[in-house]
Amino acid sequence: MIEGAAWRKWLFFYLPLAVFVIWLLFPFYWMAITTLRPDGELYRPWNAKNYEPFWTANPTLDHIMLLLEETLFPTWLWNTMLIALVSTLISLVCGVFAGYALARLKFPFAGSLGTGIFITYLVPQTLLFIPLADVIRNFRLGDTPWALILTYPTFLIPFCTWLMMGYFKAIPKELEECARIDGASRWKAMIYIILPVAVPGILSAGIFAFTLSWNEFIYALVFLSSSEQKTVPVGVVSELIRGDVFYWGPLMAGALMGSIPVALVYSFFVEHYVSGLTGSVKG
Amino acid sequence: MAGVSIRQVNKLYDGAVHAVKDVSLEIHDKEFVVLVGPSGCGKTTTLRMVAGLESITSGEVLIGDTVVNELPPMDRDIAMVFQNYALYPHMSVFDNMAFGLKMRKFARAEIQARVKQAADILGIHELLHRKPRQLSGGQRQRVALGRAIVRHPQVFLFDEPLSNLDAKLRVQMRVELKKLHERLGTTAIYVTHDQVEAMTLGDRVVVMKDGLVQQVGEPLELYNAPANRFVAGFLGSPAMNFVEVRLAERGGALWAEGDGLRIQPLPEQAGRLARLNGGRATLGVRPEDLRIANGSDPEGLCFEADIEVIEKLGAQILLDTRAGSHTIVASVEPTVRARVHDRLRLAINPDRLHFFDAANEAAI
Ligand SMILES: Nc1ncnc2c1ncn2[C@@H]1O[C@H](COP(=O)(O)OP(=O)(O)OP(=O)(O)O)[C@@H](O)[C@H]1O
Ligand SMILES: [Mg+2]
Repeated sequence: MIEGAAWRKWLFFYLPLAVFVIWLLFPFYWMAITTLRPDGELYRPWNAKNYEPFWTANPTLDHIMLLLEETLFPTWLWNTMLIALVSTLISLVCGVFAGYALARLKFPFAGSLGTGIFITYLVPQTLLFIPLADVIRNFRLGDTPWALILTYPTFLIPFCTWLMMGYFKAIPKELEECARIDGASRWKAMIYIILPVAVPGILSAGIFAFTLSWNEFIYALVFLSSSEQKTVPVGVVSELIRGDVFYWGPLMAGALMGSIPVALVYSFFVEHYVSGLTGSVKG
Repeated sequence: MAGVSIRQVNKLYDGAVHAVKDVSLEIHDKEFVVLVGPSGCGKTTTLRMVAGLESITSGEVLIGDTVVNELPPMDRDIAMVFQNYALYPHMSVFDNMAFGLKMRKFARAEIQARVKQAADILGIHELLHRKPRQLSGGQRQRVALGRAIVRHPQVFLFDEPLSNLDAKLRVQMRVELKKLHERLGTTAIYVTHDQVEAMTLGDRVVVMKDGLVQQVGEPLELYNAPANRFVAGFLGSPAMNFVEVRLAERGGALWAEGDGLRIQPLPEQAGRLARLNGGRATLGVRPEDLRIANGSDPEGLCFEADIEVIEKLGAQILLDTRAGSHTIVASVEPTVRARVHDRLRLAINPDRLHFFDAANEAAI
């Protein structure tokens, strides 16, 4: 901490902190205020007399009503939720087991396999969607949630595997050895000892994976076409930007309401999440 | 309960590191055997092979009458205490101790009874509801012990269980371990690099170096009759003094002549040394076997030395002296008055001379 006079603390701690907080939160504020401002204020020119971009005197719910009533936003929200949850679940299960195997089991090429998995994660999605589109078409999955549920794990599994591998490596191996001497098979030692200890790591991997699939844009744009199948990011952008007309109010309302579930998930797990990132396992 | 036989066991890590070489040990039922040696000598590896945590490259390990080479750890009926305790962090002390019993499907009442009994023995009753992170180092150590004893295993394995404790607690836990063993009588293999721990705890002590067993025996046997120079130097604090000498016959008797001192071994020892006449050897003498000479000491066991440093430890005084090119430590009575740079005449207790072959370092 910062020692000395109080003003030092204000100057070197609270002031920079405030700058960061404002810097980070401003986009959200902009999103929220745009959602609430009536169109009349939104499209007022900057040199008008009563131009006030950061505040509104006449908040309105018009944009939100339009979003909910005239678009399929509730359906998109549901689609996104379902796809994000299921693909996160699949990726977590695979990632936890694969990470455990890479961290703990001795088998030939374990090291290069780990590196290989990491490299797949580095292949850009903007390239990978081309062959994947072919696969999706061959299996006739286009325009169904399965198109995304099955393709998101292509980048989520390497991600989860890598994160979990690091986490498992940080858990002292004596814990597991002791459990195995105590009478647990490798499988039971994993279920009763290793997984409970790894909960913070599993949560962080899960939250990351959930956020990644929630925000995913390219695959959703390419693999889904009908309006009632879309996810929030694609739906909002494709239905509320018509040609060169931006429906700023409803757009921002969609962005705002789309980020609320993620924010809730974060705040719910934040304590575990932080300790998971710092990887603290105490014996 | 059961003994453990280790028969010509070898361990190669990745086909390259030869960590344990042809180790053979017979550990009897109810015996407390300590493996001791410098870092990296293969103690832990040996213990882990007995536990089943490390595969055995060649040789056999038997627990009781069963060859356990291929048995997984859970079927060997052993308990192990690790250096870092390895308590399950998400479980209470009670659950930590009960885990092994639950895995083996003991009845609930039996689990309760055994955990309570172990908690009584170790005095950790009030801690049963706490989590490991809420315990001090000594308490964690007790819980780790408790987890081992509730199972009533055939064999206890300890890998440096006291080395994370502070010096005072270590001494206290050492005594408790000794008492615990007397009470339970379970066969135990204990790994440490601390020779004091080895000497105080072991019914027998196994000294290892570079993957090889150097000597096996009761503590005093090793201390008084070390099999080679390494064992002699490893056990005992302060360590044994070594002087390189040349053996030569003068006037019908065998003398060991080194820089700054001439020693005449007793006739019986001289007989064994005779074959090296004219050759080299290492003379060893423990600091406590040296004293200030008086007139009646035979010429052949005395030498002159200059005091360089005086360490007053209370119960005894350590004199770091120089004889010729050798530094020789003598441990003398606290009543001795001596000052730095004094020249002294030191005498060796007659039957306490050790000689080691200069080539293979074996005791002669
Ligand atoms: N998993 C491993 N892979 C390769 N070599 C190893 C492995 N574990 C130990 N070794 C090597 O085997 C030798 C013996 O190691 P071991 O852990 O048995 O020593 P130790 O006597 O227990 O030492 P310490 O007192 O430091 O614990 C060392 O040279 C060590 O480097
Ligand atoms: Mg060790």
